Amino acid sequence: MPNESAGTLTYQQKTSSRIPAGTLYRGHSGMWSWVLHRITGVAIFFFLLVHVLDTSLVRLSPEAYNDVIGTYQTPIMGLGEVALVGAIVFHAFNGIRIILMDFWNANYSKLMFWIVVALWVITMLGFAPRHLMNVFSH
Amino acid sequence: MSTTIEAPRSPYSRPPRTRGGVSWEKWGWIYMRASGVVLIVLIFGHLFVNLMIGDGVDALDFAFVGGKLSNPFWQVWDVLMLWLALIHGGNGMRTIVNDYTTRPMTARILKAAILAAVVVLIVLGTLVVFTFDPCPAGSPADLLPSFCPAS
Repeated sequence: MPNESAGTLTYQQKTSSRIPAGTLYRGHSGMWSWVLHRITGVAIFFFLLVHVLDTSLVRLSPEAYNDVIGTYQTPIMGLGEVALVGAIVFHAFNGIRIILMDFWNANYSKLMFWIVVALWVITMLGFAPRHLMNVFSH
Repeated sequence: MSTTIEAPRSPYSRPPRTRGGVSWEKWGWIYMRASGVVLIVLIFGHLFVNLMIGDGVDALDFAFVGGKLSNPFWQVWDVLMLWLALIHGGNGMRTIVNDYTTRPMTARILKAAILAAVVVLIVLGTLVVFTFDPCPAGSPADLLPSFCPAS
């Protein structure tokens, strides 16, 4: 049966790669962009819950708001803000990638993933040094 | 006694995905993309104005936020961001609950908690933006925006 042996050969290819064989999705950029989109989305959602509550303190008193917002201006929180902005920027750019895959052309999904990564690096290079200077020069 | 036999080769039909004649999941799918695009503009603008301009995070205090939220432009900006982001996030969390829960009761409880959080925060945030006083009487003048009569 020549057909069957040809089929098994491609499927059970010997490989030293740790990426599982026989799939276009598992272990590749498509999977990782999906995982990152989920994790960043959940993280941003929980931050948003806290952020609406802390901003609502402006309704209470200037002192209450300043006390709580002061805890955002410490070095540790400054690093947390870099992580938060990193999560938002990835979620935003990967979201555009998803929209382009849905409405334009899904064949470029892998290329677009690397464009997302590149744009993320550029944006963070613009944001992180400036933000950390504000945080640490306090 | 008669038995009805279904016509052979009847065309495949999907079970209805509508509730009350509305394709909720389709509109949810559209909402995630439409609100996502708007949120990129709103949130990137929000982050730029609050974290990049001037002294960034160091400049954030009641006077800064009070000054911003007395301006109708930023009131609309922030309320739009509040509604779009919480519904976008709530719908995303709903998707995750659908993916990972196995028991219907667990899913119901988690989705009810998500809905409650979203509704409470939307109502709270909207009320705060439209009812807060940037110049509360009796507050120290140095904590207030520069346009307040007390400062």
